[in-house]
Amino acid sequence: DDRLLTEPLSHPDFFSVKDLFTLKDLFDARVHLGHKKGCRHRFMEPYIFGCRLDQDIIDLDQTVQHLQLALNFTAHVAYRGGIILFVSRKRQFCHLVESTARACGEYAHTRYWQGGLLTNSHVQFGPGVRLPDLLIFLSTLNNVFEPHVAIRDAAKVNIPTVGVVDTNCNPCLITYPIPGNDDSPAAVELYCKLFRMTIIRAKDKRRQSEAIEKLR
Amino acid sequence: LRLICTTTTVQKKNVGASGPEKYTEAFIKKQIEEFNLGKRHLANMMGEDPETFTQEDIDRAIAYLFPSGLFDKQARPMMKHPTEVFPEQRKIQWGEDGRPFHFLFYTGKQSYYSLMHETYERFLNVQKHQDQLIAKDLPLQKEKRNLAGSRWLTKIELEEMLLEKLSDDDYLRFIQLLQKLVALPCADIEENYIQKFSKEVPVQLQKVVIEPLQYDERGVAFSTGEGKRKTARATAVVYDNGTGKITVNGTDILHYFPVLQDREQLLFPFQFLGRIGKHDMVCTVSGGGRSAQAGAIRLASAKALRSFVTEKEVEFMRQAGLLTVDPRVKERKKPGQEGSRRKFTWKKR
Repeated sequence: DDRLLTEPLSHPDFFSVKDLFTLKDLFDARVHLGHKKGCRHRFMEPYIFGCRLDQDIIDLDQTVQHLQLALNFTAHVAYRGGIILFVSRKRQFCHLVESTARACGEYAHTRYWQGGLLTNSHVQFGPGVRLPDLLIFLSTLNNVFEPHVAIRDAAKVNIPTVGVVDTNCNPCLITYPIPGNDDSPAAVELYCKLFRMTIIRAKDKRRQSEAIEKLR
Repeated sequence: LRLICTTTTVQKKNVGASGPEKYTEAFIKKQIEEFNLGKRHLANMMGEDPETFTQEDIDRAIAYLFPSGLFDKQARPMMKHPTEVFPEQRKIQWGEDGRPFHFLFYTGKQSYYSLMHETYERFLNVQKHQDQLIAKDLPLQKEKRNLAGSRWLTKIELEEMLLEKLSDDDYLRFIQLLQKLVALPCADIEENYIQKFSKEVPVQLQKVVIEPLQYDERGVAFSTGEGKRKTARATAVVYDNGTGKITVNGTDILHYFPVLQDREQLLFPFQFLGRIGKHDMVCTVSGGGRSAQAGAIRLASAKALRSFVTEKEVEFMRQAGLLTVDPRVKERKKPGQEGSRRKFTWKKR
């Protein structure tokens, strides 16, 4: 059992997350398109490649690195049986995100975020709740274009976060930011597909390793 | 100093009351076992067969053994099955490893949001089907769904269905989504799903049944009618082939109603239909005053005349107000006032 948990940590890419996508896939899904120059957030400047006709273009090389780190992290969390919560406040992708979460066997929250969900969970849900071990943001902003409350709450409750940050978002409190487009349907579908594949891969690997351990 | 005697239960903070579940499954099971055991003991005490001891027998036995003069029925001692006593609650939502069962658990309102999710999925399904039909150039079915005879579930009914509190906004949103789904042309596919949330409204138009004419021994057609006005109740029997004679409580109307106004009231239905000299009437009336009795007989005779007359004339009578019960009754006197409306004389000082 100990070996099950420590073995993946010795490899840099135990779940071969690098094979899931290429830079070309990101480009075809229009992940590099950001918002206009006026919407740019100051802390996103390192991630921006340049500006073309007032529209910001996100540096896909950095995106690839960040995405690999993030997917690797989610795979490890899923391998260890952690609870993953998908968060997005974009109304167009609410159904997609919920279906992805259901397909993975994980959880989703694409609705109105009640204030004390993470910080006041014992009163909201009852004593003995288990909080999520990872929060994945498909869009870090809420409907009023302000940072989602869950980022700050997760940082308060020591829950790591993975988030897709667009050029108008604040990447500060997110542990594994993924600079990329969060508004195009193609981009969001790509992210959902990638997360789904990593989580399912990680869970399958866990089941295989447990089966092998049992046989011994 | 007033000594307030309280028990520890009152002083304990009610943490679990606002929580999702108060009673565990094991607790309910134990209560059910205790109830069944108690039922058998009670049957034994009453000298009856424990196997065939029904809930009514239990109620009678408890009322016999613990007589109580309390007015409130719910304050008296009672012994009911635990499923009736403890309201249906949601059980613990997560398994042994702590992972919740439902994928929308962390939203707080899992049943409501899963309902919205499912409804939206069906909406997308219908749209996809519609696109397929359009691609094949097939006509979209457009049978108008009869919306008049059905209504959506009320907020309380939905709350009972989901076992969860809803806000008004949530309920409105759900109804709007359902309406959007129903508005699509190909919504017939999801008819089963939609019917779970719609209820039949019983047709409230009660077709008033006009009784057919009856015939007495002499072969004369007659019909009866009942009427009321204020506190007066009257029954009238109208005979055909008559001379216009009207008898009230055994006496002629000239003797019973000396005032012209009352007799005019009695004659009004016949005058309206133009059948003044053609019918005989025998009526009985009780209660009320002079005017009220006249009004009651008028209504009774109009109702009786419906059987003699065509449907069109019945409609004319209804529009003339001959068939409507006059709802006016004496208004009650209120405290602080002299009568129902009259206030006491206002004195400046």
